[in-house]
Amino acid sequence: MTPALRRRLVLALPWAWMALFFVVPFAFVLTIAFAEPAEGLPPYAPLLRWSGEATAVLQLNLANFQLLLDDPYYLDAYLRSLRVAAISATLCLLIGYPMALAIARAPEHRRNLLLMLVILPFWTSFLLRVTAWIGILQDQGWLNGALLALGLIDQPIPLLYTDVAMYIGITYCYLPFMVLPLYATLSKLDPSLLEAAEDLGAPPWRAFLQVTLPLSLPGIVAGFLLVFIPAVGEFVIPELLGGPGAQLIGRVLWTEFFQNRDWPLASALAIVLLAALVAPIALFQWRAGR
Amino acid sequence: MSLAEKPGSAEPWRDPNAEPFLRIEKLTKRFGDFVALDEVSLSIYRGELFALLGGSGSGKSTLLRCLAGFLEPDAGRIVLDGQDMAGVAPYARPVNMMFQSYALFPHMTVAQNIGFGLKQEGAARGVIRDRVAEMLAMVKMEGFGDRKPAALSGGQRARVALARALAKRPKLLLLDEPLSALDKNLRESTQFELINIQERTGTTFVIVTHDQEEAMTMATRLAVMDRGTLAQVGTPSEVYEFPNSRFTAEFLGTANILEGVVEGVDAEGVRIGSSELDFDILAEPAASKPLGSRVFVALRPERMRIERVAPGTPLGDNRLVGRVRDIGYYGDFFLYYVVLENGKDVRVSQPNLRRRTERPVDWEDTVAVTWDRQASMVLPE
Repeated sequence: MTPALRRRLVLALPWAWMALFFVVPFAFVLTIAFAEPAEGLPPYAPLLRWSGEATAVLQLNLANFQLLLDDPYYLDAYLRSLRVAAISATLCLLIGYPMALAIARAPEHRRNLLLMLVILPFWTSFLLRVTAWIGILQDQGWLNGALLALGLIDQPIPLLYTDVAMYIGITYCYLPFMVLPLYATLSKLDPSLLEAAEDLGAPPWRAFLQVTLPLSLPGIVAGFLLVFIPAVGEFVIPELLGGPGAQLIGRVLWTEFFQNRDWPLASALAIVLLAALVAPIALFQWRAGR
Repeated sequence: MSLAEKPGSAEPWRDPNAEPFLRIEKLTKRFGDFVALDEVSLSIYRGELFALLGGSGSGKSTLLRCLAGFLEPDAGRIVLDGQDMAGVAPYARPVNMMFQSYALFPHMTVAQNIGFGLKQEGAARGVIRDRVAEMLAMVKMEGFGDRKPAALSGGQRARVALARALAKRPKLLLLDEPLSALDKNLRESTQFELINIQERTGTTFVIVTHDQEEAMTMATRLAVMDRGTLAQVGTPSEVYEFPNSRFTAEFLGTANILEGVVEGVDAEGVRIGSSELDFDILAEPAASKPLGSRVFVALRPERMRIERVAPGTPLGDNRLVGRVRDIGYYGDFFLYYVVLENGKDVRVSQPNLRRRTERPVDWEDTVAVTWDRQASMVLPE
C-alpha cells in the first residue's frame, strides 16, 4: 500500500462519518422542508411527481419558509432563543473565566484534580442533574428552606418554572464547555509575559486586561460558541425548569414535529436555525483567517 | 578581551569614597529548607556592566528576581540610588528586565511592545512614537515597527527585547541569560553590540549568565556565585588570574589542580612540596601562605609548555613528565591530555601557530610539561 493511498484511507473514515451522520440526514431534512404536508406516513408529499409519461415535475414548496417569516410567533421564538443562549453563554463566561484562570495558575500537581472536578458532573445523567435542580429550587426546596430557616425571607420565593431557574440550569449544565477551552488557552500562556508586563509598569489588573485577556480570546470564542450553539436549541432544561410562557425554538420544533405532525414546517424551522447559526460563525472564521 | 578594561576607563570600585549605585546588603532568600541566597552583600556602581556568573542552583537567578521585585527577600536590603526597594512592587521599580525567553507580547507589534512601558506611564502618543523610533534606530531595527514578534528571527527578537527594556530609561537593566538562545556567531556579535549600547546609554546593567565567555568579554566586574554565596567578586582578569579558591579557579576557565604543603618561603618565592608528585612546585612570593599549610596549586593549560623528551627523563621543579593520552584539535589551539606516572591527568593547551606543519608532539609521546613560577596560582585548601 502506498503512503498516499494509506493517507486517503485514514481520511476516508471521518469523511464517511460526516457523510453518513451529517450530510445524509441534513439532505433528508432539507428535502422535507420543501415538501407539502400530507396525511399518512411519512406525513409529507414527495417532491418529485410523475405527470403523465416520462415527465417528472419537481415541485418546491416555499410555503413553510413563508409562514416562518409571516407569523411573528416563530420569529419571537427564534429571537428569544438567541437571547437566552447569549445570556447563558455570557453567564458561563463570567463564572468560567475565573475558574479556568484559577486552575491554570494552580500548582501543577493540583491542576488535574481541579479539572477532574469540573468534568465530574458528566459522570451522572444529564436528566438526573437537571431534575435535581427542581428539588433545590422548588418552594419547599433546599434553597427556600435554607433562606426560611435563616430568617432571611418570610415565605418561599417562587424560583422554579421561571427564567431564573432556566438560566441557572443552562449555565450549570454548560459550564464545563466554557471552562475547558478557556483552561486550554490560559494554561499555555507563558507566565513570563505577565512578569514582563508588570516589569514594564503594568499593575496586575492592567497586565490582565492588556496581556492575559487578549491572548485568551481564542479560548473565549471557542467556549462561547460551545455553549451558545447547543443552548439555542436547548429543549430539556427550559421544559423542566423554565416557565410555561417562554416559547423557545426547541419547544416550538417539538410541538410542530410531534404534536402537529407538521414535518415540513418543523424541518424548515431547523434549516433556518442552522443557517442563522452557521452564517455568523462562517463569517467570523473567514475574518479570523485573513 | 574586555572592553571595560580599556586604559583610562573609570574603576569606581577601587575608590573607597565612591558611593555605590546599587547596594545589596546581607540578602537572604529561602525556598523551604533550601537557602537560595545566603547573606549576599554586593555593591554595584553607576554605569557598570556587572555579571552574575554561576551554575544552576547557585542563586544568580534568585538574586536577579529579587532585584526585579518578583521575589521578596527573607532578610536583607536592596538600595538602588538611595531608595530602599523593600515592598516596592515590580511595576513601581525603576528597574527593567530583558527576559531569557524575551517575553515579547505576541499579540502586539514590535512598536507596541517597545512602547508598552511608556503607555503604562500614561505618556502622550507622540512621545511614545518618538521614543519607539529612537529605540528602533538604536538596535538597528528601523522599518520593523509594524511586524509581529512571530515574524522576526531570534537575533531580531533579542534586539526588540533590549529596546523594550531600555525604552523607559530604567536606572537598572537586568538581563537574564540574554543571548543564550542565539547561535555562537550571532551571540558574539550581539555581545559587542550590547556593550556599545550600554556605554552609549550609560545604564547600569546586571547580567545573569552561566556562560563564562559571555561574562568575561562583557562585564566590567563579575561575581562568581556558588550555593547562594558570592565565591569571588572582581574584574574578569582579577578573577581569572587571581582566583581566591579552587572553586573559582575551576569555574572560570580550566585549571589543573595539584596538592601540596608550603615548605619554604624566601625572597625567591614559595616552595611547595608535593607528596603526590615527588617534586617541588615554585611560586611567586606574593602567593605566600603560612609555612606548613596545605594548599592547592592551580595551573592554567595555556600557561604550560609541552615538549618531547626521552623516556626516563627525571622530574624537576615545575616540571612534570608524562605520556600523551589524547589530543584535542580545536582549530585555533591543541589541547593535550597528559597522563602522569601516578595516573593524574594534566591538560596543556598550545596555540596552533603554523599551518600544515607536523605536530611537534604526538599520541603516546613521552613529554615534559613545564611552567614559570608566576604561573603557579596558590590557593588555600
